Amino acid sequence: MTFPKGKLIAIMGLSGCGKTTLLRHIGGALKPTSGHVKFDGQILHELDQDGLYAIRRKMGMLFQFGALFTDMSVYDNVAFQMREHTDLPEQIIRDMVLMKLHAVGLRGTQNLMPSELSGGMARRVALARTVALDPMLIMYDEPFAGLDPISLTVVGDLIRSLNDALGATSIIVTHDVQESLKIVDYVYFMAGGVIVAEGTPDEIRASDRDFVHQFVHGEMDGPVPFHYPGGEYRQDLNLQAKGS
Amino acid sequence: MPVAKSVQTIGRSSINAVWRIGMATRFFFLTLLYSGSSFRRFHLIVKELFSTGVMSLIIIIVAGLFVGMVLGLQGYETLKRYGSESALGVMVALGLVRELGPVVAALLFASRAGSAMTAEIGLMKATEQISAMEMMAVNPIARIVAPRFWAGVISMPLLAALFSAVGVFGGYFVGVVQIGVDEGSFWSQMQAAVDFRHDILNGVIKSFAFGMVVTVIALYEGYDAPPTAEGVSGATTRTVVTSSLAILMLDFILTAMMFGGS
Repeated sequence: MTFPKGKLIAIMGLSGCGKTTLLRHIGGALKPTSGHVKFDGQILHELDQDGLYAIRRKMGMLFQFGALFTDMSVYDNVAFQMREHTDLPEQIIRDMVLMKLHAVGLRGTQNLMPSELSGGMARRVALARTVALDPMLIMYDEPFAGLDPISLTVVGDLIRSLNDALGATSIIVTHDVQESLKIVDYVYFMAGGVIVAEGTPDEIRASDRDFVHQFVHGEMDGPVPFHYPGGEYRQDLNLQAKGS
Repeated sequence: MPVAKSVQTIGRSSINAVWRIGMATRFFFLTLLYSGSSFRRFHLIVKELFSTGVMSLIIIIVAGLFVGMVLGLQGYETLKRYGSESALGVMVALGLVRELGPVVAALLFASRAGSAMTAEIGLMKATEQISAMEMMAVNPIARIVAPRFWAGVISMPLLAALFSAVGVFGGYFVGVVQIGVDEGSFWSQMQAAVDFRHDILNGVIKSFAFGMVVTVIALYEGYDAPPTAEGVSGATTRTVVTSSLAILMLDFILTAMMFGGS
């Protein structure tokens, strides 16, 4: 898999197919048993903790439910990385935080606590925190999960516009086919830990591969069966054939 | 084979227990290693001192008062048999400063602050806040664990001292004000018999040790908790049970070392 600079790429697949595991490998949270992840010229699993932390400063990750720090206000959440990794004066940090919050449309929430935000707002604040230090790579773990239709469109548009504005590379792990096909440049489909299909959104929509067709159109039965493998149905119900 | 199964179970539990002790020890040393940044940004420790120390004040003061009052009553009943009621102050003070102050305050600290620390860190893990911090290249042990550890270590001796002081007042109230023991002998005998180094300092050392043990157990259990509701609740229970047993065992060892031969 390659993720070229400036592109927005989706990784799709069924639950449990290894999408989030892949994202954790890219973030250096897991070490591969074979193969490697190369980011900005460096192989991640060969780095020590300091090297890994140095490279993570160039990355941002939006977690599935935002993972905002619940003991900090919205403002402090967005300012967190700036305070941890820079020596910027508080006045500049304040301006940068307000700009990031303005970019996601939530400048007015700066004094609220995460518990006072709706799911969609929390996701947008987390997005502002993710891009606080203008990362080269932004990873999104199920950014559309549990959002209402309006929030879904807002978050989708923000992901695209932030990627373009920052000139970053973005990787979205998602189940939401329709929303992600609207915004991404390229799609990888995964099943059983391997890539089973890939292409641009138009190629994916037009694909006649059974798995892709079933996934994109949300069909109940196909290569991914409706029934979980089990024993003989008649046997489970203790039914006997006539005449026996 | 039931016998083989039992041996297997015992073996597995023993290996698991040793492994957990090893991991907790490693966690303790990592906490010490990454403590430097906590001291450079002391406001992080101060924030935790409020939630672990200040928020425990009420329970410590109320419990200390009642323990002191009970000591006053029981002590008077016993000392009266030997005509030594005037030694009530000594008995209350030594009982509190050497034993009850550090031990009961640590047990209360484990139940109140220790369980809260475990639940807080366990929930931070369950809601991916710790993973988010790691992805932001911020070491969670330095940023989350170390300030809480030092807050626990600092606040425990202070809470134990407060417990003992309030307990002495409780003993005074029951012994002198209610029962009528002579006030002069209550205070003067206490002053003469309680030695700063032998009694008070040893009590402080005990509470310092209890603070370290309780806080490490609470933080480790939270950090190691499975990221589920059941996992966090189990970890909170383990914190209280393990800390309480560790306090009592450590108290015996320290008491034997400090007062065993005297």
